[in-house]
Amino acid sequence: MSEQSPPAKRPAAANPKTRRQAMRSLTMGGAIIGASLFGFFPVLRKWTPRLRPPGAIAERDFLAACIKCGQCVQVCPVKAIELGDLDEGFGVGVPFIPAREQACDFSCDAVQCVLACPTGALAHSISKKEEVRMGLARLDRPNACLARKGEGYRGPARPAPFKGVHRYAEIDRWKPVKLADYKYDLEVCDLCVRECPVKNAITLEPMSADPTDKRRTPVVHEACVGCGMCEMICPTESSSIVIDIRRKWGDA
Amino acid sequence: MSLLSSLKIMLGAAPERPTAYTPEAEAMHEAKRQVKGAERAKEIKAAHAEHRSHKWRNIRWATLIAVNMVFVLSFRFDVQLVEGSLTASRVIGFHMADLNSALQVMLAYKVILINLVIGTGTVLFMWWLFGGRTFCSWTCPYHLLAEIAEKIHLFLAAKRMVVDYPLHRGARSVLYVVFALLAVISGYTVYESISPTGIVSRALIYGPGLAMIWVLGLLAYEVVFIRRMWCRYVCPIGLTYGFVGSVSPVRVKYNLENCLHEGDCRKVCLVPHVLECTKKTYAEDVEVAIGADCTRCGLCIDACPTGSLRYEIKGLNKLL
Repeated sequence: MSEQSPPAKRPAAANPKTRRQAMRSLTMGGAIIGASLFGFFPVLRKWTPRLRPPGAIAERDFLAACIKCGQCVQVCPVKAIELGDLDEGFGVGVPFIPAREQACDFSCDAVQCVLACPTGALAHSISKKEEVRMGLARLDRPNACLARKGEGYRGPARPAPFKGVHRYAEIDRWKPVKLADYKYDLEVCDLCVRECPVKNAITLEPMSADPTDKRRTPVVHEACVGCGMCEMICPTESSSIVIDIRRKWGDA
Repeated sequence: MSLLSSLKIMLGAAPERPTAYTPEAEAMHEAKRQVKGAERAKEIKAAHAEHRSHKWRNIRWATLIAVNMVFVLSFRFDVQLVEGSLTASRVIGFHMADLNSALQVMLAYKVILINLVIGTGTVLFMWWLFGGRTFCSWTCPYHLLAEIAEKIHLFLAAKRMVVDYPLHRGARSVLYVVFALLAVISGYTVYESISPTGIVSRALIYGPGLAMIWVLGLLAYEVVFIRRMWCRYVCPIGLTYGFVGSVSPVRVKYNLENCLHEGDCRKVCLVPHVLECTKKTYAEDVEVAIGADCTRCGLCIDACPTGSLRYEIKGLNKLL
């Protein structure tokens, strides 16, 4: 553009055709840079907060380090990872996990997505699920929680047309089962605790000293990695328990 | 043509007529000067009487579609032959990273992992071997879409419904620097969010999204206003691979002897400034290697009625 425009010596600078071309080039170049900078809006204004895959480094660095190739998407056995779209600005092509639709259940054990990442956007320092910190689970709607009401649960946790899957170790270690096809019969709903893939991350605690009181409340512990399994499995609509994205233990 | 002038032309400088010729080329230019206009017109007409070939274009399109389909099908049927997309992938376990995407990540993130170095090195070697911007015309899915848009543009232009408003080619060099600076300063891979190559590649593999609207908008703009705008005047990926191609052994070579200088090659070329030597009296030697910006697409080879343009592998002439 401007730098490359014809040298001043030539009369060409006065040539209206050349001048128009230079103006066009400047305008077009400006427009394209402008278009690329639109990516700042969704990122800086946090239009689309996203739960990132296991091992994701700090959000700012994550957007820079991710090469937007989708290898993590391809290796995930439960297809939990999706790629960002145009409305995410610089997050175009960057992976996230829509936990309520399909959570990471860590059934791959070795954190496949981390191993697949070619740039270290998913930090390779992570080698097992317990080290992951994606966020923290939080009981968002305590009044809706079935366990807190002392209620049981029968039937599929998320009935059709829900498409999410989960790998039940007791059925088939390698084949994901649709949640809509798996029926529960629980005296007191404990789905978030039962299906949590991480040990001691969440427990059900009695709500009173009375042993006949069936009411229980889910309590999240420091071991929680924020995978979102509880958010997906929760049978209330919408989920009673949610993931606070990137919140760490002890954060306000 | 020297490496330096080939790079200068790629960056936006206007190609110049040579001031000196080799004795052989001088003699050939002189011999051509003796041919009368009517005689030359007859020769050109005779040369064009034969059917025009689409050999290289067809091979190239088949290759481009095949490469992209390997990505798509490998994921669809989970055969794990190729994982990832054009920005970065693993081919039978080997890391590959698109040079420009890797560069943007390195500039924005400022930490370089060994996997990325390996991936970038592999791809650098591969495209050096194949000709640099060969990536553009033989692999980039946007290139194919843009070629179709170009056909529509030329069809409409012939009917005088649209006019091409060319830009200054230096625009791409300036934008290249701007995108590099934006990555360093902002710490985001700014270019990746609008890169039609990445968007189309991901759309093919993972399914299209809103981002395709941007790509379709660009294509529409190219149809109506500026012929091949993105590839010619904007795309930093092309320039990155252009640098690689400047020293590549695979290239197109021009032979002055039978050339009729009618300019059909320049009409079909994405980067006609590299074919400046095919103009009458512009070749400084009998044989001229085409410059760095050439995408090795082969359209000029198909278009040339006299076989004056051919693919060449440097150093292997005697073997072929």
